[in-house]
Amino acid sequence: MFGFVLRRLAVVIPTFLGITLLAFALIHMIPGDPVLLLVGERNLDPEFYKAAMHRLGLDQPLYLQYWHYLSGLLQGDLGTSIRTHEPVVKEFFTLFPATVELSLAAMLFATPLGLVAGVVAATRRGTVVDHGVMGAALTGYSMPIFWWGLMLIMLFSVHLGWTPVSGRIALEYDIEAKTGFMLIDTLLSDEEGAFLSALHHLVLPAIVLGTIPLAVIARMTRSAMLEVLREDYIRTARAKGLSRLRIIVVHALRNALMPVVTVIGLQVGTLLAGAVLTETIFSWPGVGKWLIDAIGQRDYPSVQGGILLIGTMIILVNLLVDVLYGVINPRIRHAR
Amino acid sequence: MHTPLRTFTLATALLLGAGSAFAAGKTLIYCSEGSPAGFDPARYTAGTDMDASAETVFNRLVEFERGSTQIRPGLAEKWDISSDGLTYTFTLRRGVKFHTTPNFKPTRDFNADDVVFSFQRLIDKNHPFNKAAPAEYPYVTDMGMDSNIVAVEKVDANTVRFKLKAVDAAFLQNLAMSFASIQSSEYADSLLKSGKAAQINAQPVGTGPFVFKSYQKDSNIRFDGNKDYWRKGEVQLDKLIFAITPDASVRYQKLQKGECHIMSFPKPADLKAMQGNAALTVPNQAGFNVGFLAYNVKHKPLDQLAVRQALDMAINKKAIIDAVYQGAGQPATNPMPPTQWSYNKKLKDPAFDVAKAKSLLAKAGVKEGTEITLWAMPVQRPYNPNAKLMAEMIQADWAKIGIKAKIVTYEWGEYLKRGKGGEHDSMLVGWNGDNGDPDNWLGVNLGCSAVGGNNYAQWCQKEFNDLIVKARTINNQAERSKMYEKAQEIFKQEVPWTTIAHSTVYQPMRKEVQGFKISPFNLMSFYGVSLK
Repeated sequence: MFGFVLRRLAVVIPTFLGITLLAFALIHMIPGDPVLLLVGERNLDPEFYKAAMHRLGLDQPLYLQYWHYLSGLLQGDLGTSIRTHEPVVKEFFTLFPATVELSLAAMLFATPLGLVAGVVAATRRGTVVDHGVMGAALTGYSMPIFWWGLMLIMLFSVHLGWTPVSGRIALEYDIEAKTGFMLIDTLLSDEEGAFLSALHHLVLPAIVLGTIPLAVIARMTRSAMLEVLREDYIRTARAKGLSRLRIIVVHALRNALMPVVTVIGLQVGTLLAGAVLTETIFSWPGVGKWLIDAIGQRDYPSVQGGILLIGTMIILVNLLVDVLYGVINPRIRHAR
Repeated sequence: MHTPLRTFTLATALLLGAGSAFAAGKTLIYCSEGSPAGFDPARYTAGTDMDASAETVFNRLVEFERGSTQIRPGLAEKWDISSDGLTYTFTLRRGVKFHTTPNFKPTRDFNADDVVFSFQRLIDKNHPFNKAAPAEYPYVTDMGMDSNIVAVEKVDANTVRFKLKAVDAAFLQNLAMSFASIQSSEYADSLLKSGKAAQINAQPVGTGPFVFKSYQKDSNIRFDGNKDYWRKGEVQLDKLIFAITPDASVRYQKLQKGECHIMSFPKPADLKAMQGNAALTVPNQAGFNVGFLAYNVKHKPLDQLAVRQALDMAINKKAIIDAVYQGAGQPATNPMPPTQWSYNKKLKDPAFDVAKAKSLLAKAGVKEGTEITLWAMPVQRPYNPNAKLMAEMIQADWAKIGIKAKIVTYEWGEYLKRGKGGEHDSMLVGWNGDNGDPDNWLGVNLGCSAVGGNNYAQWCQKEFNDLIVKARTINNQAERSKMYEKAQEIFKQEVPWTTIAHSTVYQPMRKEVQGFKISPFNLMSFYGVSLK
């Protein structure tokens, strides 16, 4: 087992280096620079430009800039944001909990619903129910998130008045960010009603962000279930006279879960990176929106640091999934 | 499928009781468009940054009247200008208190030391504070203040003297701009001593109408009304909250639902619905901006006046204003908006005339099918909400007179840089007024010294330039006004630009909001504002 983890870790190091190089190269390839964007339509004083570029170290050759960046990284320094003058790590980890909270809520919404929908569709294969569920899943999968979010806001927030339009909590609560997770912070604070308000604000964004994973999980569960339902041991179970529910839940679903778990693991990456639109619509202060702003401002250290950190999270999640596979299925552990 | 759905609906229904509209009495919520980059106004140029600091936390020596480009006394009670126009002596207001925050307790009132610190930091690159917290001050350089201010001296505790190298008629107007906000030197010293100089950009301390309380990036900024504010009666709110809401449609939904009282930058497409909503009011004002098409007079055939005139009169401005500004704009005739003093009301646009344009081109020897580049901005700006569409419309207009326009665009920073270098034949761009001085339109965008800079037409005309250079050195407004009016006449005859439009600024807010005034500078100010 230990050897297996070591082998996986050895692969992580070049991946990690690759991410730094790619992030660095990509953001420097986009034309324009932060000083030009800061000045905008204003007059660009050549002296000012030179001094600013020098202070930011952007007048050095690219390979040197990359080298400085890497040596900073080795000392745990991801640099300082050009725009806000704050350390990148600090900005990232101030915003990251909001993204994680939203992503978890979205998965909490998508996973059970997706599983149930998939199982129902598989067991009623070819019927109206199956077509209905799969049609809905396809629609959900191809829904433009921006439009979907606005529609839900218009219906549930403005028309019906059930949910707030955007934000993480009603503004009458001024909650100190102890953990950054609003649900936990509100519980830690003494403010009455704060937790409910936070939960209330989480509902719509979680549904919007969870829509695509929900569709993916439903489709995956259905196909995995259909495969398992054809297996001999299911026929045996039926022949034994087991109840339909027992066959589906205990024998079929459990065996169908393996590919579904893989898909759920993959969705974590999608959620972390793909929360941008949801965060923009719902004014959710997460890393997706922050990263997009940083790209727009050519805030090189923030973009590089942000991509690296998100990349690291995804690598870690994948590593964890790999290790878990090893634990669940010894055949994988021993494969070279 | 049924069960989880029902559970979910039930859960939603259970949550309905939890907070919706804001209850507290005098708390105004402003749905703003984005997070400020920081709270030190001198470091930035965007309105989003200024609203959150200069307009709330800080004061300046002189300030703009609310909703106007006229200046009024601020932290300086009065001032005296020497007869040569090179020395400004400011008498400072007494008894003004800096904010008390968890990080700073002032031990004294505002005085000359604060003014000296605030400006020394901006003009002296080697100032100890700049060593500890390195930053750029783009506006100071842009307005030429770092080179023109020779000295900022403390005469006594309540008098400060500025010495200039050259006469600058717009000097006072410049001091009213956000970047010239007055910082506390006592606070700066304490930050320096504790090695936390960078905090000046995160924990602002000023003398302004609102006291900074907290900021959560991409979420909200909280201020308390300054109960000790020196302008009695101007602070009528207990609390002010910026709810950062990047999407314009969502801002509108929040406004409708009462989750905020006032919002920034509405979408033109939403205006009709807003005006029909009984809970809202949408006052508007001509924007303090101009969108234009600059002709590069150094490129052939645009070096010929007749060609520029022909291109100018072939553009159907009315159609552009309807389609691009969706009605939220008015045709521009002059290179400055009508609300700027010295605006020349007598000038008229030439009539839209395709036949005459054709004959002008023929006389100038321009062959049919001549190709010129037409640059379109890649971004949306208040003065031009859709440059691509505008370029396509101009392209179609010019096709009718036999000119083939090739639309070109670049990334925004690159676009401006290349434009300043004069790589274009014609280029869509624009300007937002900074300080309400005519020179900020004519000098900055059309003066000879701006060629290679903001003079995108690369136009250097002696008579025009002499006028604006001279006007800069005169302190008498009536006299200056005449010179600028004359300069606008020359501009109109020479056609270095086709002036296209001044956009109209719409300000949606709930009817409870009282006393809000639209700023010509696109700033959001909440002093003097109350809630019914």
